[in-house]
Amino acid sequence: MLNPISAAFIKAKQENRPALLTYTVAGDSSKKQSLNILKSISKNADILELGVPHNTPVADGSQIQTSAYRAIKNGIKVNDIFKIVKDFKKFDKNKPVILMGYYNMIFQYGENKFLNKCKLSGVNGLIVVDLPWPENKDFAKKCKKKSIYFIQLLSPTTTKIRLKKIIKDSHPMSYFISMLSTTGGKLKVSPKEIIKNYIKIKKINPKKKVVIGFGITEKTIGKLKSADGLVVGSAICKEISRSLKYRQNPVTNINRLVLKLKNKIR
Amino acid sequence: MKLKKGIPLIDQGNKLGFWGGKFGGNFVPETLKKPIEDLEVLFNKLKKDKKFIQERDRYFENWIGVPTRFIKLENLTKHVGGAQIWSKVVSDANGGAHKIYNATVHCLLAKRSGKKIICGDTGAGYAGKMLSMAAKKFGLKCKIFMGAKDIARQQPNVKAIKKNGAEVIPVYSGSQTLVDAVSECMRFWVANCDTSAMCVGSTVGPAVFVRICGWSTSQISRELKVQLIDEFGSIPKKLKLYNCVGGGSSSFGFWNEFMDYDKKQCEFIGVEAGGPAKSKKHAAPLTYGSKIGILHGAAQYVNQNSDGQIEETESISAGLDYPGISPLHCFLKDTKRARYTAASDEQALNAYKLVTRFEKLRPSLEPSHAFAVAISESKKFDADTVVVVNSCGDAYKDRGILEKRLGKKYVKSN
Repeated sequence: MLNPISAAFIKAKQENRPALLTYTVAGDSSKKQSLNILKSISKNADILELGVPHNTPVADGSQIQTSAYRAIKNGIKVNDIFKIVKDFKKFDKNKPVILMGYYNMIFQYGENKFLNKCKLSGVNGLIVVDLPWPENKDFAKKCKKKSIYFIQLLSPTTTKIRLKKIIKDSHPMSYFISMLSTTGGKLKVSPKEIIKNYIKIKKINPKKKVVIGFGITEKTIGKLKSADGLVVGSAICKEISRSLKYRQNPVTNINRLVLKLKNKIR
Repeated sequence: MKLKKGIPLIDQGNKLGFWGGKFGGNFVPETLKKPIEDLEVLFNKLKKDKKFIQERDRYFENWIGVPTRFIKLENLTKHVGGAQIWSKVVSDANGGAHKIYNATVHCLLAKRSGKKIICGDTGAGYAGKMLSMAAKKFGLKCKIFMGAKDIARQQPNVKAIKKNGAEVIPVYSGSQTLVDAVSECMRFWVANCDTSAMCVGSTVGPAVFVRICGWSTSQISRELKVQLIDEFGSIPKKLKLYNCVGGGSSSFGFWNEFMDYDKKQCEFIGVEAGGPAKSKKHAAPLTYGSKIGILHGAAQYVNQNSDGQIEETESISAGLDYPGISPLHCFLKDTKRARYTAASDEQALNAYKLVTRFEKLRPSLEPSHAFAVAISESKKFDADTVVVVNSCGDAYKDRGILEKRLGKKYVKSN
C-alpha cells in the first residue's frame, strides 16, 4: 500500500498546489485539546506533523518551546502521544501523521519498541531533529522495514556532496530548512533565495519530494508555492498560546488559521 | 571497553566521535553538521601545528600566567592527620579559574576561522567571564548565555562579564540554570553559525567541543607532572588526585597527563555535586547511576525521567549544577580508570570552612566539594600518600551564598 504521505503529495499535485503540512505539539495544551485540534485541521491540512515535546530542544525557537513546556507540564508522556495518533486515525485513517522530536525520547523508549508502537498507532513518518545523516542510517533502515518514512533534514549549510549522499539514502520525502535559524525565526532570506536553494536540491532527484519549513507564516507561504510542500509550525503554536492568553478556543482559532494558510496556496 | 595507552584520551573516540563506542557523538541538527566539521578540520590541523602550539603557549605563559602554584597545605595536613594534602592552585590563573584555558583556545580558533562573534554558555559565570576576557583580548564580539537563576546567585562574575564588554543574555526557560544556558547558546549558534563561533564551556557538547576543551585544560596536568617531579624527584608511589566534576573540564585537565599510569599509583577521584542533604535532587549522574541519554549533542550518563525528559538538578554550586557529564568521564567510569563519588552542599560548605580556617586558600564552592571528600578520605591514608586537590576556582564569586550560609566572617574581601 502506498504510504499516505506519498498519497498526500499526489493529491496536492493534482490540485496544482503544494501540500500543506502543519506542526502542533502533542499534548498542547492538553491531550484532549491536542487531539481535537488535529481532528479539526485535518480537513484542510494535507500532512499532520505532531511534535514530541522535549525539555532541552536545541533547535526550537520560543514559540515551540512554550508549547512543549506547556504540554510537558500538563503531563504528556510518549505513550499518550501514540494514543493521540491512534485516536486520530480512528477519525481519519488516511490522513498522514508524522512524529517530530529529539532522539533521546526514542532512545529511552527503545528504537524497536518505538517503531512498533508507531506502526500500531498509525504513524507514517518520523523526523528526528538531532539524528543527522550518517548517524541515522541504521535507524532509517529500521523505519523502512516498517514502511515508515524517515525524513531527512537538509539545511542551507549542507554541502553539495553531502546533499547528494543524503538524498541517495533518503526516503520519498525530505525536509529543507529554509534558513539558518531555530524554528519560528523571522524569514531572513528572501523567498526567491529559498526557492533557488530548493530547486538545487530537487535537481538531485526530482522524484523525491522536498518540503520547506522554518519561518513560514501566513505572510510568506504564498511566495513559496512552487515547493512540493510547506510546513507551518511556530505560527500555529503561537496562535495556541495567544488563544489561551485571551481565553479563546484554540481549536476554532487554529482551524481558521489553517484554512487561511490553505487559501494562500490554492 | 578499554583505555588505550599512548594515545591522548581526547583522540580515542571512533570515527563518529564515540568514546568506548557509546559515549559522545554528534547528535546535532543538520544545520550544525558543516560548522562542526569545519571546526574539526581546523582543530585537527592546528593541534599538530608547532606554530599554533607556540602561540597558545605564549598566551598561556604571558597572559594566563602559568604555571599555577602547587602547594602543600601544611596546617590542614596536620589537622587531618593522615595523608599529605597538597593543592594545585589553578585559581591563580588569570580570571580566577581553569575556564580561561578553553576560552583562550576557542578564541584563537575563532580568529583563525575568521569569525567575528563568539558565543558561550556559563553556569557559575567563570566560563562566561573568561570567554569575555579572551574575546576582548582577541577583538571578538562576545555573547554569554546564562540562566536567570545563576545570574542572581553569581553576581560578581556577571558584573565582570559585562565589564569586559560582553552581552549577557538571561535564559528563562526550564530550570534557568546551566543546562538551559547551553541549550540557548546552541540555538543561537544554529541560527548564526555563518558568522559566529561557539565555545562550549566544558568537556561536553558535540565531540569536537569535548576534545577542544580537554586539550586546553590539560595544561593543568602538564604543569602538575613537572611540579611533582620537582618536589618528589619522581611521580609519588601513592598519588591521589581529587577534583570536582560538573561538566568535567577541570578534572579531565587535572588527570590527563597521568592517564597511562597504573591506577594503584595515580588514582583519580571525581567528586560530583550531591545537592542539599535533604533533597532528592542532585547533579551527580555518575554517583547515583543515571542512565545513558542524549544531552546537548552527546550521549552520556544524564539525570532524566523514564520518558527521556532531562531532570532538574540542585546544587549550591552553580558550576556543578548540570544534569549530564562529559563523555570522557563516562568512559573513565566504565573503564574503572577513575572513581566517582558525591559531596552534599553541607559537606562542601564545611570543607570550605575548614580549608579557609587553616590555609591561605579560598576555594570556590565547586572545588570545596573535592576538598570535602579529600579531607575525609585523607584521614585513612598514611603519610606516604600524596593527596592533591585541584582548587580550580576562587570563592570571590560565591560571597553572596557564603555570607548567607556561613555568616560574614567567612567572606574575605578580594
